[in-house]
Amino acid sequence: MGTKEGSTKTITEDKTVFNREILSAEGQANHPKRKYHKKVNYSKYGYLFIAPFILVFIIFQLIPLGQTFYYSFFKYYQKQGDWITPEFIGWDNFVWLLSSPQSRFWKYLGNTMIIWIIGFVPQIIVSLVLAIWFTDSRLKMKCSAFYKAVMYMPNLVMASAFGMMFQLFFAQSGPINQILLKMGVIDSNIFFMESTSWVRWIISFINWIMWFGNTTILLMSGIMGIDESVFESARLDGANASRTFWQITMPLLKPIFVYVVITSLIGGLQLFDAPQIFSSNGVNNPNDSITTIMMYLYQLIQTSKNYGRAGALSVIIFVFTGILSILVFKTMVPSYNAIKQESKAYKKRMRYIKDINDKQSALTDGLSTKGAN
Amino acid sequence: MSRIDRRLMLSPAASVAGTPNSNSKNKKDKVKSSKGSLTVYRVIVYIVMTVLTIVCLFPFYVLLVNCSYASNDIMKGFHWWFGNSFGSNWNTLFTDTNIPLTRAFLNSLIISLSAATLTVYFSALTAYGTHVYNFKGKKFISTFIIAIMMIPTQVSSMGLVMMCIKLGLTNQIWVLIIPAIASPVTYFYMKQYLESVLPYEIIEASRVDGASEIRIFHQIVLPILKPALSVQFIFSYVANWNNFFMPSMLLTDRDAKTIPVVLSLLTGSSPATFDKGEIYMLLTVAVFPVLIVYLIFSKGLIKNLTAGSVKG
Repeated sequence: MGTKEGSTKTITEDKTVFNREILSAEGQANHPKRKYHKKVNYSKYGYLFIAPFILVFIIFQLIPLGQTFYYSFFKYYQKQGDWITPEFIGWDNFVWLLSSPQSRFWKYLGNTMIIWIIGFVPQIIVSLVLAIWFTDSRLKMKCSAFYKAVMYMPNLVMASAFGMMFQLFFAQSGPINQILLKMGVIDSNIFFMESTSWVRWIISFINWIMWFGNTTILLMSGIMGIDESVFESARLDGANASRTFWQITMPLLKPIFVYVVITSLIGGLQLFDAPQIFSSNGVNNPNDSITTIMMYLYQLIQTSKNYGRAGALSVIIFVFTGILSILVFKTMVPSYNAIKQESKAYKKRMRYIKDINDKQSALTDGLSTKGAN
Repeated sequence: MSRIDRRLMLSPAASVAGTPNSNSKNKKDKVKSSKGSLTVYRVIVYIVMTVLTIVCLFPFYVLLVNCSYASNDIMKGFHWWFGNSFGSNWNTLFTDTNIPLTRAFLNSLIISLSAATLTVYFSALTAYGTHVYNFKGKKFISTFIIAIMMIPTQVSSMGLVMMCIKLGLTNQIWVLIIPAIASPVTYFYMKQYLESVLPYEIIEASRVDGASEIRIFHQIVLPILKPALSVQFIFSYVANWNNFFMPSMLLTDRDAKTIPVVLSLLTGSSPATFDKGEIYMLLTVAVFPVLIVYLIFSKGLIKNLTAGSVKG
């Protein structure tokens, strides 16, 4: 019995030694070779594969961007159908935009911000509530897929079609007035289009209806990313719903919440399609109250053909969105770093384990060879 | 894309890994003392959901109802149910010589389909290139693409318009198609997807089998990427279909216009004299093709959007 056991043991040991030898031989032979391969032979494919993207990007975005920046320092516009020769004027276009009484920059920026805020505040509230409901398992909501699909739907509809649709709906004899009259809510038609605040509310409503579904889904995925056990222990500790929300959900949701706010702000600055169609030809736009900053850019390029000032406006928008995107990255960086550090620690741990294994195997190798001798 | 794309936050990893953990929350049901309040809660939730659903659907319902009435019927008062002028409105719209609708529809279709195809193909190619190969400047390029992702394309529009006018490229629809090759947002999504699903061994195995690099991409990587490709294709299609800013600057010829540009033309001319039925019909034609496609794919799309978690 004893000898039999011993013999099987040596056989298995021999096997492991054998395997390990093959493995290590392979590793030693292949590892540097593979690295060498990847660096020299395959790198040209890397360049080849990204070349179309980079080329198109340079031609259609980087060069135009450079031109936009370049001409923002020039006096360059169309005068009675003829282009004047560009004349370098330094920062004058910027100064004009930011401080001239003829410049509409501040007014239109104000319009954009007002429309964004009165659309975004209800949007984030509704989205947060919906996201909590959709992820609340106590409710076990039926047809939640249907609700989600319907609420996401307006996001895919042409913003310009929305602009036109609401222009028709809120017209003096449009469906909204007709319905309100029929229901007896009002006695005579409301002139929605002649009121500064009404048109702003309508544009904000378009923004709201288009984006609340999207925001809901973003926040939902944020809430689902939170570890379920955190909620569980909060419940066991006797926290009620509102306390769980303010002290657990919100702090953990903060990165994605900030992300939503800033990206929505960047999106809000680009607001163009709906108000442009809604107010085309200058109708339905009392006191220019829904002209946004992008519509101003459009006017400068298309209508007044003042490329110098349009360039300066582009640069200002670029800088502004640039700052906002840096903010996005700043908020996302902590979580990024956490993941990175975690993976670093993991690698370190694995290396440590590997070291120990190697040492052990070296030891057993030595022992087994000794035994064989 | 008219507005910054927020979906890039969603890690596609989970869409492969599986569905969210809705079952694990059932434990809360054990609390039976609050059963009554739970019912109240539930009622409130359903009421709010229904109201929001109605709010979301109502505009489209009005659109459909009104495009089935003649112009003076629409002016007379609001109808809750469909009329019978659908066919005549359709005919008026498509035979109206002032609105180059068929042409615009075709242009929109060509631009959206080819731009979406180019976007997904080249984004995948670029993502694969930066994911698998090591080369000088790789890190710089991938960081750069992500850094410019948030900058709206409108800021370079002036330069692009200048360039197109100088080179005589206005009214050529390919000017709107080719730039689709470089789409940082789609690239970012594809990169994340690749990082989560593509094992390096499979590429090495194919190399051992003697496949060329481009063949590995076409026959191994693209099939693996299929779910990401289809989602991004739909989003890219919709974005191009709805795009208004650039087309309205570059497409000035009657026969080169896309649907949003045609819409802007209509509101531009005197709005009071319109055939209302025709306009509602035009809006229906502009909006519903996308909606129908969405309704067919919505289940997969929403799942794909929600399944992602921020952690990944």
